[in-house]
Amino acid sequence: MIEVERLTLGYGDTVVLENLDFTVPRGDVFAILGGSGSGKSTLLRALIGLEEPLRGTIRIAGAPPPREGPPCYGVLFQSGALFGSMTLAENVTLPLAKWTNLDRTAMDTIVRSKLRLVGLEGFENHLPAEISGGMKKRAGIARALALDPPLLFLDEPSAGLDPVTSAELDDLIATLNASLGMTTIAVTHELRSIFAIARHCIMLDGQTHGIIARGEPAALRDGSADPQVRAFFNPRSRAA
Amino acid sequence: MRRLARPPAARLALDLSGVDTLDGAATALLLALRDEVAAAGGEAEIVGAHGRVRAMLDLYGLHPPRPSLHRPPARLGILDEIGRETLTMLSESHGLDFIGDVAVAGARAVRAPFSINWGDVPRLVERAGADSLPIVLVINFLVGLVTAFQAAVQLKQFGANIFVADLVGLSVTRELAPLMTAIIVAGRSGAAFSAELGTMRVSEEIDALRTLGLDPYGFLVFPRVVTLVLVLPLLTILADVIGIAGGLLVAMLGLDITSNAYLIETQKALGLWDVFSGCLKTVFFGLGIALIACQRGLAARGGAEGVGRATTSAVVTSLFAIVVVDAIFTVLFNAFGR
Repeated sequence: MIEVERLTLGYGDTVVLENLDFTVPRGDVFAILGGSGSGKSTLLRALIGLEEPLRGTIRIAGAPPPREGPPCYGVLFQSGALFGSMTLAENVTLPLAKWTNLDRTAMDTIVRSKLRLVGLEGFENHLPAEISGGMKKRAGIARALALDPPLLFLDEPSAGLDPVTSAELDDLIATLNASLGMTTIAVTHELRSIFAIARHCIMLDGQTHGIIARGEPAALRDGSADPQVRAFFNPRSRAA
Repeated sequence: MRRLARPPAARLALDLSGVDTLDGAATALLLALRDEVAAAGGEAEIVGAHGRVRAMLDLYGLHPPRPSLHRPPARLGILDEIGRETLTMLSESHGLDFIGDVAVAGARAVRAPFSINWGDVPRLVERAGADSLPIVLVINFLVGLVTAFQAAVQLKQFGANIFVADLVGLSVTRELAPLMTAIIVAGRSGAAFSAELGTMRVSEEIDALRTLGLDPYGFLVFPRVVTLVLVLPLLTILADVIGIAGGLLVAMLGLDITSNAYLIETQKALGLWDVFSGCLKTVFFGLGIALIACQRGLAARGGAEGVGRATTSAVVTSLFAIVVVDAIFTVLFNAFGR
């Protein structure tokens, strides 16, 4: 679904990530891991077309990330990034109004179904300021799903949430992937989320500007010889 | 204690056996003192600490510094810092990028007018126009009144009281009302646009728009430009009327001129061009304020502080642009004999 070849990202003379190579198979839940400042968010921004690579290529379903036209993916931003002056229903309607010719009734039906899917039925007319952080993320997912994209990007989906809400959101992401077969790419450093949703992952390193580990999260936790990877997956042992 | 720690007092022992509690600041100071003596080639030790005092010293002093992923930045000289700040400022403002993007979006809007978010325009017109009407009227009434007062003092000496109507009418319609209205709109709506777009920028809403396939220029910038281009001339016409009314009040109360005489004199003094030229300028004022405010908002970086900086910059740059545009128009009108 996604092929990244010799990708180098940075700003001006500063290289953030260098010569990345990885592929994400269709239907996978793929996590991009790494400590603070390792370049996770920069990589995500490049994958969704918000950053221009210095070198290398990104191909989504065989084509570069689209700069114009209807998006082939949905994105959940870290804060939800809902438009504050619009209700939740209006937020979800926005991509439908832009990219479909559906009439108002059909759009309303789709919007209600998307909000029901993420457990926000009855909150259609609420403004983002009137709901909790977890609900904002759910609404962000509903908006990302509005056009039924085959690919979903999640930026720190459980950051800033309490453990219960975080676990609920992880369940929702896993359910969406299982039910819709949607390829999901999540940037996260929450261990609980990684093990709850991710089938494969890569780990970025801010010092070498590259990938220091790749594979299944459990295999990396139990079998990696790299001290940084071991410390990431077993923070308690490092502290001890 | 610092004095004691100075050489030649080569050995210093700090006995804390009589100390039961130690707060964070005192702990940090004692440890810093110990390190200072050691760095100066002396010897210092903390002895007799027990219980919670020992725990505090261990907490502050035992742990090695946490290794950081990033090396601390090297210290910069003042010239280096000025250069870097200048480059950052230039790269952050993205002025040329913005103009290019607006031009591209403008061409796209001409080809596909429905790509513009026209639905937002009525809301913005209400906020920038109707909501700012009271302050525009009050300020322009007072400007007309003050102008008439200043003129009356001089004109009275020559028995030319009636010409206060000419002076107020011309100065209000050609200069004062357009300028004052634009300044109010820059401070009110320009700041609001910049803060709104800046907040959207730092909270990733602009990125979200792009990932939904929506163009921020068509969705956010164009409606704001259209709004100010429409609203400013309309507000200026009302400001002209109320400014002249301010002059009328002074003429009636201070110069014993009847309202009829004042209005007839104003009618004689003013031509359609005087009102039109003032309104024409405000179209460009509106264009400038909206573009500057949106550009500064979309270039905002770095959270709340960045939004504050963008808003301040938007207002200051708008005021400067208003004065420059006004000067250009005055020169042009003079050159063409108007």
